[in-house]
Amino acid sequence: MSVQFEPIVGRYMNLDLFGRPHRLYVEEAGEGTPLLCLHTAGSDGRQYRALMNDARITARHRVIAFDMPWHGKSSPPEGWHDEEYQLTSAQYTDMVLTVMSALGLDRPIVMGCSIGGRIALHLALEHPERFRAIIGLQAGAHVDPYYDLNFLHRPDVHGGEVCGAIVSGLVGPDAPQKDRWETLWHYMQGGPGVFKGDLYFYKIDGDIRSRVGQIDTRRCPLFLLSGEYDYSCTPEEMMAVAKSIPGSDATIMKGLGHFPMSENPKVFLEYLLPVLDRIAAARS
Amino acid sequence: MLEQLKERVNADAGLVRRGRYLTTTFLVQSGDNSWLVSIHGGRITQVARGPFVMPSSAFALRASEMEWEKFFLPRPPPGSNDLMALIRRKVLKAEGDLQVFMAHLRYFKEALAKLRPVAGGAA
Repeated sequence: MSVQFEPIVGRYMNLDLFGRPHRLYVEEAGEGTPLLCLHTAGSDGRQYRALMNDARITARHRVIAFDMPWHGKSSPPEGWHDEEYQLTSAQYTDMVLTVMSALGLDRPIVMGCSIGGRIALHLALEHPERFRAIIGLQAGAHVDPYYDLNFLHRPDVHGGEVCGAIVSGLVGPDAPQKDRWETLWHYMQGGPGVFKGDLYFYKIDGDIRSRVGQIDTRRCPLFLLSGEYDYSCTPEEMMAVAKSIPGSDATIMKGLGHFPMSENPKVFLEYLLPVLDRIAAARS
Repeated sequence: MLEQLKERVNADAGLVRRGRYLTTTFLVQSGDNSWLVSIHGGRITQVARGPFVMPSSAFALRASEMEWEKFFLPRPPPGSNDLMALIRRKVLKAEGDLQVFMAHLRYFKEALAKLRPVAGGAA
């Protein structure tokens, strides 16, 4: 029997977040410049497995992805059973900075997708000195709700089925079937109300339209990459953000959708590797 | 527009199986044309073409002819590749009791995508 282990190592980290004990699951692979990866709403760190398995990335980067509380293998905090989960900008920012400190990351590159791309804009605005570069995937300044979010969390609609079905069209048309359905499976596995609670940040609390133009790319370089087929954060919305931030670098990725790193890693890496090269070159 | 729907959906055993708890009638409107689609246990039992005097359905999906034409292309352009993409652009109106639509969203997406020239096109 032939067995192959991937180079990814996963651990549980116990730490206080928002004044409460939390147990977070963290995966990493590679050595070098830390590259902290933030997953999309309603999913988890598995979205970055392809990056952690690609030697072109891991030869030069320590790639890290953690599951946010309530997501993946990270538990919700004690008492969750009587609470409604709602992610806020303040919590999300605190979470990223606390995890960075806990892992001893010195000015990592942070790369986030969707809600992760949105918080990347918040971090670029408020904490640029903490990062050597910021990469926003599918990063818009705001998205108005375009369907009734209550359908994501009600007992007469199966949460896993509806979350997977809601986002299925956000996968680009060229995604390999295996990667398309792996991406959707992560959505189907989310806990009740978690995707909806993330979207509170994405569609309500995390609106950064009025401040996004204040991002200063001289303090921290900002790269924006968006999939052509994303109708949640459309290429037009990303370009509007880019236009309002002098010095930002924006690229539309042909044929890709809302989950570039997991729906079609091979094509995504063709766009990401040159960005990482430029970040490395700027430091040398 | 929906002439092939019954045959194509019912020929897909996986789709019919996923719809086994779905029994409903919904209306599809394209410009001035409309159809009532009846489903029983995941199988499409009837696709009736209007005009109707008093159409009765759980919910309706209404868009212009041009929008449906783009949706049914073998490779729809961005913004036309999915029912939710049309809803996001406010060119598809989903009206009525949407609980059944949302509870079986994958079924409805995949059933309508069956009408694309490439069999089993991704929803």
